[in-house]
Amino acid sequence: MKISLMLLLCFVIGKAMGQDMLIARNGQISFFSETPLENISGLNKNVTAIINTKTSDVAVKMQVAQFEFPNKLMQEHFNENYLESDKYPTASFTGKIQEKVDFSKDGIQAVTAKGILNMHGVTKERTMNGKLTVTKTGASLICEFNVPLADHKIEIPKLVFEKIAEVITIKTSFSFVPYESKK
Amino acid sequence: MKKIILMLFVLSYVSAMAQDDLLKMLDNELKGPIYSTATFKSTRVINGQSIESIAKKHLDFRISHRFGALNSGFSNLWGLDEARIRIGLEYGITDRLMIGAGRSSYQKTYDYFAKYKLLRQSNRWFEPVSISVFAGAYTNTMPTAPDMKFYNNLERQMYVGQLLIARKFNDRVSLQLSPTFLHRNKTESQIDENDVFGTGIGGRFKLSKRTSFNAEYFYTVKKIGTSYLRDPQYKDCLSVGFDIETGGHVFQLHLSNSRGMIENQFIGTTTGSWGKGDIFYGFNISRVFSFDKDAKKTHK
Repeated sequence: MKISLMLLLCFVIGKAMGQDMLIARNGQISFFSETPLENISGLNKNVTAIINTKTSDVAVKMQVAQFEFPNKLMQEHFNENYLESDKYPTASFTGKIQEKVDFSKDGIQAVTAKGILNMHGVTKERTMNGKLTVTKTGASLICEFNVPLADHKIEIPKLVFEKIAEVITIKTSFSFVPYESKK
Repeated sequence: MKKIILMLFVLSYVSAMAQDDLLKMLDNELKGPIYSTATFKSTRVINGQSIESIAKKHLDFRISHRFGALNSGFSNLWGLDEARIRIGLEYGITDRLMIGAGRSSYQKTYDYFAKYKLLRQSNRWFEPVSISVFAGAYTNTMPTAPDMKFYNNLERQMYVGQLLIARKFNDRVSLQLSPTFLHRNKTESQIDENDVFGTGIGGRFKLSKRTSFNAEYFYTVKKIGTSYLRDPQYKDCLSVGFDIETGGHVFQLHLSNSRGMIENQFIGTTTGSWGKGDIFYGFNISRVFSFDKDAKKTHK
């Protein structure tokens, strides 16, 4: 009896946690590298992100091969030579928002997320600064941060014509809606 | 005691719902097929077409050379004294359809072709391979001569159709099968049939991120029953080489027993023999330019 009650409690808690989630299914991540010869830019429009409004935990995940480039040759090189998306198909971030955020009230506030960035199969601790806007229907988050490619063992060979910046600025934007699990 | 264990169980359940579980929740949300990229580095395996096509609004400028025969000796610097060249411009109309045209100095031949990607290999079970169709036409513009007389311009035309089926097995190994039908309105040899049936088999093995070893063999049907289709002087074309990619360019360096670089030549009229050293050193250089201004704007 007690056990079943406890299991029920587990279930209820789990369920309740689901309701405290905000999800973004079509988040965007882009980067831009300006070079004397040619600019390199990529955009992924299918990034997913989730926030637990109770614990302020956040997670972001994307499929690396879904980055699109104006120059398809660069897209090929990005997948084949730099990010190696066959070997490392996804990139992710897990962390926690450091500030106290009231998700029940509308408002805009600067937030800091501290956590682990997993890219090219290498994990690295990172702190990111962003702007979180809470509205009645959900929330939106924009964030910009720099990643030194060497941190993630992404090599820039000497003998390439594309000159690639050693530190890449990454811009992200997400709009969150309440989470409903897909049946 | 039991209660405590249960409480612990509940607590661990709750805390397990932390960041890693958020990631697991996201796994269910990731969508869209992932298509295999770069089954081959270039639109050619070596001589033959690969399943790859040029992306939309991208232009590929190709220069290909085949030097003289390796067994032509020191006075000819083992072939380096002379070269046959093909210059080609190839363009992507959509991400799946490309067209191209070129001119080979060998037999002064113009070529025009279209290639369409029917199926793209992806992580979904029903797309295990990539399939492209290739159709080409060739015009021989050599002056009419006693050993090759043209009575009208139609006799100068040749046509080829190919089905290209390839699979990228992993980031290193890709293999391709290329069933081929070639028709010549007039053949160089009287005993060579106008139609040639065959298949190409080719593949690549990546040696490093930017270099790969490629090999390619084109088999043609020599006889059906007791009737011969091919003049025995014609050999099957075998080529081996390396792809080297330097960012903007792809260099393909290779050895082949065919001096011709277009289908009607390397499938139809290859006479070189590997055994005798009657082979040709050559290279293709490919430079791709993007003319997609719209895409550039959206990335600002």
